[in-house]
Amino acid sequence: MALTGLQIFKQLPKTNCKDCGNPTCLAFAMALAAGKTSLDKCPHVSEEAKDALGAAAAPPIKLVKIGSAISELELGDETELFRHDKRFFHPTAIAVLVEDTEDIAARVASFNELEFDRVGLHFVTDMVALQCSSNDAATFSAAAELVAANTDKSFMLICEDVAIMDAAATAVASRKPLLYAATNDNYEAMTALAQKVACPLAVKGNGLANLAELVDKITKLGYKELVLDSGSRETSQVLADLTQIRRLAVRKRFRSFGYPAMAFTSKTDALEEVVQANVYVAKYAGLVVVKASKKEEILPILSWRQNLYTDPQKPIQVEAKAVAIGDVTPDSPVYITTNFSLTYYIVEGEVESSKVPAYIVPINTDGISVLTSWAAGKLTGEAIAKALVANDMEAKVNHKTLVLPGYVAVLSGSTAEATGWKVLVGPREASGISKFAKENFVK
Amino acid sequence: MAFSAMKEKYRNKVGTVVLGATKEDGGTRGYTITVGGESTLPFLHFEGDIPNRPVVALEVWDVAPTDWHECFAPYYGDVFGNAAMWAKKCVEEFGADLIILRLKGADPDIADASVEDCVKVVKDVLAAVPCPLVVLGCGKVEKDNEILPAVAEATSGEGLLLGLAEQENYKSLTAACMVHNHNLIAGSPIDINICKQLNILITEMNLPSNRIIIDPTTAALGYGLEYGYSIMERARMGALQGDNMLAMPIIGNVGNEVWRTKEANISTADAPAWGEQENRSILWEATTATALLQAGMNIVILRHPKAVTLVKQNIEELMVPANFDE
Repeated sequence: MALTGLQIFKQLPKTNCKDCGNPTCLAFAMALAAGKTSLDKCPHVSEEAKDALGAAAAPPIKLVKIGSAISELELGDETELFRHDKRFFHPTAIAVLVEDTEDIAARVASFNELEFDRVGLHFVTDMVALQCSSNDAATFSAAAELVAANTDKSFMLICEDVAIMDAAATAVASRKPLLYAATNDNYEAMTALAQKVACPLAVKGNGLANLAELVDKITKLGYKELVLDSGSRETSQVLADLTQIRRLAVRKRFRSFGYPAMAFTSKTDALEEVVQANVYVAKYAGLVVVKASKKEEILPILSWRQNLYTDPQKPIQVEAKAVAIGDVTPDSPVYITTNFSLTYYIVEGEVESSKVPAYIVPINTDGISVLTSWAAGKLTGEAIAKALVANDMEAKVNHKTLVLPGYVAVLSGSTAEATGWKVLVGPREASGISKFAKENFVK
Repeated sequence: MAFSAMKEKYRNKVGTVVLGATKEDGGTRGYTITVGGESTLPFLHFEGDIPNRPVVALEVWDVAPTDWHECFAPYYGDVFGNAAMWAKKCVEEFGADLIILRLKGADPDIADASVEDCVKVVKDVLAAVPCPLVVLGCGKVEKDNEILPAVAEATSGEGLLLGLAEQENYKSLTAACMVHNHNLIAGSPIDINICKQLNILITEMNLPSNRIIIDPTTAALGYGLEYGYSIMERARMGALQGDNMLAMPIIGNVGNEVWRTKEANISTADAPAWGEQENRSILWEATTATALLQAGMNIVILRHPKAVTLVKQNIEELMVPANFDE
């Protein structure tokens, strides 16, 4: 059972030395009880206390690392069931399945291209999941070495035959792949192998009750670098399983489920698979293995993951620097907006599709939207004047007319005064920009 | 330690709304659709009832759209400009559970269709398909206040779902829904307080809460989807914890949002790094929809027929009861 902050406090040195980063031992104890920190942050705690605190001191879900230093992935260490309660921390790793009977170099080369740039962000596909379909140690091992040689990304090895896994895992042990998987039939030998090569180990159960038993057997053998797979493959059952694993770990401190969880898609049609994967990304998978491998299939999954793992308290910002859209000339219009990335990119998209080349000047509002930043006094005539000067707009265009977002039409007067520019009130919604541009800037 | 499932028992459940009315109930629909009624978070069959699956609507316009991507032409090219045929095709060929008819042509900047034209197109669509119908205005408040009450009157008793009622403009549409036995969409701008406030205002006018669907505003994948997702999730949690003024079923205007994005529209040649355009756009719709289904959406509005197939497939799989071997 979880301990209260006071029960934990009794075991601490009570020196208030602050070495753990908390102002007092009591604050540290409270943070431990809430699962927001770990006992190893205290350099002075006694061995006796460590044993006594045991489970209560560990974070609800262990942080598990896959891969070597060149591209280490971190899974788990989540503390919430809903992103609006705080945030999700370690984005779901997406692994693309490759069989050892395929042309490994070619498959890995196209995997390496699954990186995307959109809305100022760079998205990467995290892992190759190499599956042993050959049932041959030499083939699997050679394929593993080819994967290691052809990508810097992390990878996992899928094979339940310990002898075959041993050959491959030993060959690429320095890259610390995830070994999939320990099962009811092989767990003793597979756990010994994971310990020997010091690689994280996936545990595949047969339903949640069996998974809990199996995890307990493996941790008794002394290994805790685990990733959990309930073994379910039907969409609604996987959703139920992932939900239980997260709930029990976070709310009940159920130690057997205190590890990141993973899921495999089961659909054969790539588009259906993407949809299935999105369910698992939404609800608690730390790792999802997909067969889909085309750019248009992977990009939506990575975009959803990015949205979901955004910190709800910290809006994403763009650099507050003027951007030229299209082939601008000194006659091009100048649009004002804020540096809240969502606002900025929607405006950018609409200006682009208006086919009227223009400058966009995002004002630094600490990443908040037009109306909110106006209300907070961050979007003002003075702020716009400063941005026009900082971006040297008078040198870039031969007119002195700016377009103000329609929602802040009320700023027209003060903006005209502060900037000396003529103010044109634009549409309230970015979707009106095309029409606005055609009416005002196309002769 | 032995596994024992952790099951939540909520105090409340989501309200139900019946869309459409058959002959017995004063309408002409071949069937009705009931949404809502769940007593737990989306698809968690192990701890509550989910009596009605979420439904998928396809969007039909009264005028031929001039700005829809060319990839729609093979599906709708022959029916663009004929709303009744378009709706029929969506139901019969593309598997839409219901139709949303957007009276875009009423927009003074588009075709400035008259009240009579709008009423006629609604009646034509009703005659062409047996499913319940959602009717949305053109989005220009003054014009919508002319056309929607007239549509409500001319289709009295059909149990349409009419929208959009907003905080600044809900009275005439609410009154029209009350008098003529229709249902109402209450729209709020990604703000849970306004969402709740508007429901209070509408029910204070005596439209019962089982005639209201909420539209908390959704954004597209990659463009703030997480805001809409979290608002929906919070509203649904509020409903289950006992707040009846958040307990209405939820509609999501997915297609309209997705087709404003660059990711849905830009050609394969212009953005080779993003892959093939049509499947990318289908997945942009389907991903936005499946994400929001996990937050509690009950009615999904889409545009691409293949996205309908994918989303319905996903719903079907998620409606399979799951339980644990304890």
